[in-house]
Amino acid sequence: MAEVKAKKITAKDYASDQDVKWCPGCGDYSILKQVQSVCAELELNNDETVFISGIGCSSRFPYYMETYGMHSIHGRGPAFVTGLKTVRPDLNVWMITGDGDSLSIGGNHFIHLLRRNVDVNVLMFNNQIYGLTKGQYSPTSEKGKITKSTPFGSIDHPFNPLALAKGADATFIARTLDRDPKHMRPVLLEASKHKGTSLVEIYQNCNIFNDGAFFTFTEKDSKPDNTIFVEHGAPLLFGKEKQKAIILDGFTPKVVNLEDVDESELWIHDKYDKVKASILVRFFDDPREDGCLPRPFGIFYQEERPIYEAGVQAQVDKHVEAKGEPDLNTLLEGPNTWTIK
Amino acid sequence: MSQITSEIKDEVTILFAGDSGDGIQLTGGQFTDTAALVGNDISTFPNFPAEIRAPQGTVAGVSGFQLHFGSIELFTPGDQADVLVVMNAAALKSNLASLKKGGIVIANIDGFDKKNLRLAKYEEGLTPLTDGTLDGYKVHEVDVTKITRETLKESGLGTKIVDRSKNMFVLGFLYWMYNRSLDNTIKFIETKFAKKPELINSNISVLKAGYHYGDTAEAIASRFEVKPANIKPGTYRNIMGNEATAIGLISASQKTGLELFCGTYPITPASDILHFLSKYKNFGVKTFQAEDEIAGICSAIGASFGGKLGITTSSGPGIALKGEAIGLAGMFELPLVVINVQRGGPSTGLPTKTEQADLFQAMYGRNGESPVPVIAAQSPKDCFDAAYEACRIAIEHMTPVFLLTDGYIANGSEPWEVMKSEDLKNISVNFAEPREPQDPAFLPYKRDDKLVRPWAIPGTKGLAHRIGGLEKDFETGNVSYDPENHEKMVKVRQAKVDEIANYIPKQKIDTGAESGDVLLLSWGSTYGAVKTATTKLIDEGFSVSHAHVRYLNPLPKNLGELIKKFDQVVMPEMNNGQFIKIIREKFLVDAKGLNKIKGLPFATGEIVDKVKEVLA
Repeated sequence: MAEVKAKKITAKDYASDQDVKWCPGCGDYSILKQVQSVCAELELNNDETVFISGIGCSSRFPYYMETYGMHSIHGRGPAFVTGLKTVRPDLNVWMITGDGDSLSIGGNHFIHLLRRNVDVNVLMFNNQIYGLTKGQYSPTSEKGKITKSTPFGSIDHPFNPLALAKGADATFIARTLDRDPKHMRPVLLEASKHKGTSLVEIYQNCNIFNDGAFFTFTEKDSKPDNTIFVEHGAPLLFGKEKQKAIILDGFTPKVVNLEDVDESELWIHDKYDKVKASILVRFFDDPREDGCLPRPFGIFYQEERPIYEAGVQAQVDKHVEAKGEPDLNTLLEGPNTWTIK
Repeated sequence: MSQITSEIKDEVTILFAGDSGDGIQLTGGQFTDTAALVGNDISTFPNFPAEIRAPQGTVAGVSGFQLHFGSIELFTPGDQADVLVVMNAAALKSNLASLKKGGIVIANIDGFDKKNLRLAKYEEGLTPLTDGTLDGYKVHEVDVTKITRETLKESGLGTKIVDRSKNMFVLGFLYWMYNRSLDNTIKFIETKFAKKPELINSNISVLKAGYHYGDTAEAIASRFEVKPANIKPGTYRNIMGNEATAIGLISASQKTGLELFCGTYPITPASDILHFLSKYKNFGVKTFQAEDEIAGICSAIGASFGGKLGITTSSGPGIALKGEAIGLAGMFELPLVVINVQRGGPSTGLPTKTEQADLFQAMYGRNGESPVPVIAAQSPKDCFDAAYEACRIAIEHMTPVFLLTDGYIANGSEPWEVMKSEDLKNISVNFAEPREPQDPAFLPYKRDDKLVRPWAIPGTKGLAHRIGGLEKDFETGNVSYDPENHEKMVKVRQAKVDEIANYIPKQKIDTGAESGDVLLLSWGSTYGAVKTATTKLIDEGFSVSHAHVRYLNPLPKNLGELIKKFDQVVMPEMNNGQFIKIIREKFLVDAKGLNKIKGLPFATGEIVDKVKEVLA
């Protein structure tokens, strides 16, 4: 046993023997690698860890993890997770989902998982497209999106996933990018440590059906002016030289030059601030438009709230205490019996 | 005072009817408990309106409770009532057809005033109490409201509260009619209103007023006596179907040591199972009222994956939503019990009425080749055995199992000889054993001689594996698109379900000889009516037998053989002919259907008539 312990745990210990079958160049590879690496860093016990997914490209994820896993039904991941965690709070459970899985077919389960605050890490791979069905627009596709199913452009207004999560009172809300593994890694670590439902939206490039959807936020030229990486306790600064800042004018966020404002006016990111988090998740301007706010990344919000499965267990414990250990014969007998002689 | 005679009866059916706010279910329930305590055999059937509080006085708002009690063994709540108690005109209008010719009507005349007659849509200026509608019946008009108010005039209670105890007057009067003690109901009132002592006194006064009314009013010339039934000695309780289902599930959980998890969504007439289960948290029961039907079943599968007993409950429309997940549970080969308390369909159909039209849905209602074992309960108390057996098959054969009950037996009740925990069949749970790294590779889909795969639960050392809805390799369970493998997997999943036939009892003849002119072949809640009809037909000299099938998939191995010993097979079903199609297809027998699709259970007479017609 000592030998086993001495061996350093690496990301490879979390890779299953199955060939990974995503398209070459898919953003999913980077996420898989980071998750395996985070598992190693946390030294998660393979046998006590479970990955559960719905349907879609991202949802093949569990097959590639050397842990317990379940590839379930389209959009229903949250329900499987809730059932499992309710009876097995001891397990470390991760849920892998996509924008179609979570926000279209599974939208209902998604919001209920968040409000219940089941202790699970949710990684939502958002590529703003349906990949596995070969290229239809998704509920996060930008308006006017030309796809196979919308040859004249999509009409519907897209979801803002994090604002939706905030509306559902999620207790951990974060966003990161497949092309920024250095950013992804600490976010995943924090998400896994959070007690409750941790939602991490990951912008993920589908190089086949929606290539470059997030290039504005990932490529060298455009990234500095269009993104803002929030850190707890630090001011909201962005730009190549961090020369720009966000300040709040009442409840309205404004972009200013850092040199034009007093330090006291700066918006210092506080991930526990409910009101400011509600404003931050609303930084969702279309980057194609002029004067838009930068897209934030990092941990937007975190809150401690009792987890669902603990509440369920507490009721059971309370009733055992009040009524004593169960006696099946008493139950079978019921409150009123009569005897025939 | 004229002489009051006492008449002895073998069996009596009373139908209580009134507004859904009149306390009809409570009145019926109390009379039932008292009858049971005296040792009568009983069978009940509540009949609710779909609306919670439909407008007062209207036919849509009538709630009914039918009670059959007797000194003989009973299997149904009675075809037609001997006594009809009506609290208003609407109750009479909607229930008179259920009263025997010459039966007794007890009418609360306050419910027959102008307003009530108009609401019940009786012709202007006519009242059924005097217009000839009730010719040929024995009618007792009682001004229940007036006497109740009179009884409580000193109580200081408001009229609204006073009027709410009207049902106690009726109950007291019926107790007098049938020579019953008030003790059980007095005890009940004392417990129910423990926190409102003023209501204890008022309700007991009204109950007694009803009883004394019988003595003094000279309203009825004859009282009735129903002697205790010749029931097998033992300790009994009264039980409703949904309650029996819940207790069956908890028993399976307790016997196996597997925590019970019920993931479900409220739906009529299944919700009571959730209500019962959620009360028994000290049995480690975890109930999850999900956001929808799909989440209900998926959470239950999640719990089964975690090594617990996952259950989901619903009715037809909800089962339709669960179809994809049932298919997944079949692919996963995990234990799961899916309970369908059937109601009238299709679509929303008749939520509060009964039907058995979801058999095909249970058998075939999924995409792909997706066999699922199906069993059905036959009576309220039998829901216990059927639920327990569903759990046994699910756990021992690692498969989703359908349990079909229906609104008729779910809400009906009958006496049940109390089971002892020790007498319950053992259910074996076999979790896969932990594995060391040097051991041979774990094969999650490798089957034993019953074709059952191992239940390897998360947390077990060395057994980390992935399951999913994609077709899997025969042994490793890895995703496989191999054509040969797919066909092999489809066949083995079918063979696994077929194999269950080796682990269920053989089909028996319930009543009658092993061969003869006619076999009545039934399933589900028609049991009582078919059995009673068979007994009658045999008494009349007909060569008729009855076999009742619990295991609908797979069928008992000897069923075909058993059927072939009869010249004719008649199959009563509360649907348009479903089980009959399975039987005809499977055994190439020219079975005749008797189908009733009225949202109501069979009357014995309907079955008797059909058999006579077939034999004519």
